[in-house]
Amino acid sequence: MLMISPRMASGMQEKQYTPSLLSFFIYNPKFGPREGEEEKKILFYHPIEIEKNEKIRNVGLCEAIVQFTRTFCPTKPAKSLHTQKNRQFFHEPEENYWMVMVVRNPMVEKPNKDGKPPTVEYQEEEIIDSVYGSVLQQCYSMYKLFNGTFSRAFEAGGVELLTQKLEKFFYRYLQTLHLQSCDLLDVFGGISFFPLDKMTYLKIQSFVNRIEESLSLVKYTAFLYNDQLIWSGLEQDDMRILYKYLTTSLFPRHTEPELAGRDSPLRPEVAGNLLHYGRFLTGPGNLKDPDAKFRFPRIFVNTEDSYEELHLIVYKAMSAAVCFMVNAAVDLNREFCEQLDSLVGPQLTLLASDICEQYNINRRISGPEKEPQFKFIYFNHMNLAEKSTIHMRKTASVSLTSVHPDLMKILGDINCDFARVDEDEEIIVKAMTDYWVVGKKSDQRELYVILNQKNANLIEVNEEVKRLCATQFNNIFFLD
Amino acid sequence: MSDEYYLELSENPVQFENASSVNNVFFDEANKQVFAVRSGGATGVVVKGPDDKSSVAFRMDDKGEVKCIKFSLGNKILAVQRTTKSVDFTNFIPDYPHLEFSHECKTKNASILGFCWTNWNEIVFVTDQGIEFYQVLPDKRTLKLLKSQSINVNWYMYCPETAVLLLSTTVQGNVLQPFAFKTATMSKMSKFEIELPAVPKPAKLSLSERDIAVATIYDQLYVMYLKHHSRTTNSPGAEVVLYHLPREGTCKKTHVLKLNTTGKFALNVVDNLVVVHHQSSQTSLIYDIKLRELDTNVNVHQPVLPARSINPYKIPLTGPAAAPSQAPVPCELYSSSWSVFQPDIIISASEGYLWYLQVKLQPTLNLLQDKGKLMDFLLRRRDCKMVILSVCSQMLIGGDKGNLSVVATVFDKLNQVYKDYLDAEQAYTAAMESGPSRSNTSYKRPVRTQAVIDQSDMYTHVLSDFTERKGVKHKFIIAVLMEYIRSLNQFQIPVQHYLYELVIKTLVQHNLFYMLHQFLQYHVLSDSKPLACLLLSLESTYPPAHQLSLDMLKRLSTANDEIVEVLLSKQQVLGALRFIRSVGGHDNVSARKFLDAARQTNDTMLFYTIFRFFEQRNMRLRGNPGFNQGRWFR
Repeated sequence: MLMISPRMASGMQEKQYTPSLLSFFIYNPKFGPREGEEEKKILFYHPIEIEKNEKIRNVGLCEAIVQFTRTFCPTKPAKSLHTQKNRQFFHEPEENYWMVMVVRNPMVEKPNKDGKPPTVEYQEEEIIDSVYGSVLQQCYSMYKLFNGTFSRAFEAGGVELLTQKLEKFFYRYLQTLHLQSCDLLDVFGGISFFPLDKMTYLKIQSFVNRIEESLSLVKYTAFLYNDQLIWSGLEQDDMRILYKYLTTSLFPRHTEPELAGRDSPLRPEVAGNLLHYGRFLTGPGNLKDPDAKFRFPRIFVNTEDSYEELHLIVYKAMSAAVCFMVNAAVDLNREFCEQLDSLVGPQLTLLASDICEQYNINRRISGPEKEPQFKFIYFNHMNLAEKSTIHMRKTASVSLTSVHPDLMKILGDINCDFARVDEDEEIIVKAMTDYWVVGKKSDQRELYVILNQKNANLIEVNEEVKRLCATQFNNIFFLD
Repeated sequence: MSDEYYLELSENPVQFENASSVNNVFFDEANKQVFAVRSGGATGVVVKGPDDKSSVAFRMDDKGEVKCIKFSLGNKILAVQRTTKSVDFTNFIPDYPHLEFSHECKTKNASILGFCWTNWNEIVFVTDQGIEFYQVLPDKRTLKLLKSQSINVNWYMYCPETAVLLLSTTVQGNVLQPFAFKTATMSKMSKFEIELPAVPKPAKLSLSERDIAVATIYDQLYVMYLKHHSRTTNSPGAEVVLYHLPREGTCKKTHVLKLNTTGKFALNVVDNLVVVHHQSSQTSLIYDIKLRELDTNVNVHQPVLPARSINPYKIPLTGPAAAPSQAPVPCELYSSSWSVFQPDIIISASEGYLWYLQVKLQPTLNLLQDKGKLMDFLLRRRDCKMVILSVCSQMLIGGDKGNLSVVATVFDKLNQVYKDYLDAEQAYTAAMESGPSRSNTSYKRPVRTQAVIDQSDMYTHVLSDFTERKGVKHKFIIAVLMEYIRSLNQFQIPVQHYLYELVIKTLVQHNLFYMLHQFLQYHVLSDSKPLACLLLSLESTYPPAHQLSLDMLKRLSTANDEIVEVLLSKQQVLGALRFIRSVGGHDNVSARKFLDAARQTNDTMLFYTIFRFFEQRNMRLRGNPGFNQGRWFR
């Protein structure tokens, strides 16, 4: 399939507005079924300042749309509603619990002559359903990771507890949503795996097993290096959201001490002859502090079956971070933390330098010429493995991409096309200014490549992508 | 307690007529023969060797009291010493005259202390003034002097294994002069001095032959000196000091074995272990000189295991007097009538028994708690395989805390030995292939000792039982399997397929598919066709196994046919065709296979596409779109 992108560069003096969050609410129609009780349905509403009746109206509208569209397809209720000014996304994560996110479309403000108010032009086609639909689902997953399911909270403490939990969580979480920089990676919600040789990987296995044996309280362990996953004892879906939390929220908040200079007060102290760099990222900031608190965040995993509540202990030494998960029913005290610190700290420090060394050796062997000159995104639905040379390092605030947003939009569109059919497909798009975008889907894998070649034709682009697959993905089965 | 005896006497001792006023008993360490000489030989000499072949009985004239009697190697010539001046010889070679002939020592006024055979026809006379090395000419019934050496000798000791003769010289007797013998040659080795605990004044003979023993330990010759406790030094007990006696170079004091007690001792060497018997406590201690304690110049060793008695032994009553109902009589262990010979012989002359001392390894399991040290100890023993495997089984089932690091240590120790063997084997094969002409050193095929525990041993005797065992946490099972695979990888030993299968089976049994997926992702389970097929079979329970399997087949690059089959079975006909085209195999594939698969999809467009593709292929290959019944349309 060959398409020519219709987009043209926009004028100079125009003002561009990115998509933004208009409102976000959660309701359950069963909580206020009778007339006059509509307000009871609303469990959470952002922004909080909105007048009560408008809240009720908006919720009622969503309810009606969902009900109405259900008649056409009972199994797949409406997911989004497109209007000129905004787009609404609906998600029912638990039975009768609805989450709605309203996003204002991006717009362009064109100044008019003669002091007339500027013309506002909404770009209603610029937003991709799958991207923001995924963002909404992620909101739920993140809530669930730290709070458990809606229904459990309701069973435990009624509407009061539930609304309390929702407010506490979403008040802060919504501020961290950066809708303007959401893209294909949000659809994938993938995990970046750290490339590692077998022997070092086995050493890590051995380390994890020994720690779990010595600290029998530890139920699950996850091991990361350079913000990339190496080992997860958690199931895939739980790891996916925990990974998201770690890499976009927890780790970016704690990068400073490593970067700090030798004499900086932020630099962790090296106690006596116990030469290790281990420290807690959650829980006690400093073990020697007599007033240190031994409270860890609690997370909920396996909510489908065993529904486990766990303490999340994140411990880091140099670039290696380990998550230890302990049954929440156990009280974690100073003694446990000190034991963990003295046991894990030295071993992890050693392991981290081992990994670093191995990584450098491998990089030297493969050589810099193997560094891809291509910009691509790769995703495997089977293991959620994700690789992008388009994105810079994600930080807490923004994810930076190195390509024009229009190209990102094309990637999103191709992905939507792929989602529609089961079969393997390949789509090549000629974008503006010498750019070619290629999407390939083989079994459960997707690959998106952006090429910039002057006067290239379709055949040459195809050859180029084949070459990329042969060099970068020669160890997997990828149909060409 | 009964399973704690780690030393025992051989079950089938050599029996001989016990020593008495009319029966003298002699023992020859070289041939390990016991001579029972009745009435100076007149009423018979019975020679009992370790096996029936070396047992002989004959009669000789009583020409006076026998001081020493020995056969040459292979029972060819009998030598008997009756006086301090001469030795008498008798041919035992068939067809040679059986007459006795005598030879006097050549040194005047010297008295013969004894003699040793160094070959079937070579003999050394040791006199108080030196040694005389002779060749016996049985046909001429004379002796030819090969070499002699004058030296004052207090006493002598001969090690038949290495053909080294040790002479005690000087007034105190503590300077030892070794000589080495080899067919018709005699070479003087460098002499050395045994450090005495105290120097007596005036000087007198202070080193007794009872306190010296010579034996080979780990293929090296050692002189063992039993250094008794002395009040003047501060040592809390007696020691055994080992002097290493190399073929060339100087003798060095290398090891000290701490006995931590005093009294009467006797030494044996069994399976490269030094055994020290202590008479008053009726116990024995064992020492392994390769077990490192501390890195000092002279290695000081403590006993490997706590002191234990030799396993109680009961003498079975035999002969016409023995009634079947009669209980066997317990044998008195550590009896004062025992004589101990090197390396592993204990003789009770008064009862008429010769035993070999043996080490039982099974009891060490419970006596040595440090599993790493236990492994070091066991890996150096002769019959260690089954014991090592049972240690492995025991430690996996024991489930003590901190066990995993012990497991890791043990696996590493086993695989170190395994790897050394594999390397030696490989070097040998390489040397053989490069041709014998180039290698100037003669390569010997490496011997596979029992200490080489390979993957199949581990799998059969330890791991398969362990993974099947009820009540063991699956987490621990997987940790152990991964630890073993890690250890193998660390020593760069290729892991066998059945170990991977065991890992997969265990993971699948506990629904740990995500774990399996991660292992495969990091290639912990190495690629192979059987493994890929195993994964394919898991697809119904774990769909991603399909992708994992295809990836693996792709990496193998020898499994293109399999990939096509997998894709066709998934009705991915077009995918299969594109794949085979990409690897350049489309000219040789059977069109029928693809057309059959296409028809089964009931997709007429697909069938048409496939059909056209093959028509075009035929056109290109043979200039005709038709299908060849025989060749192409298989």
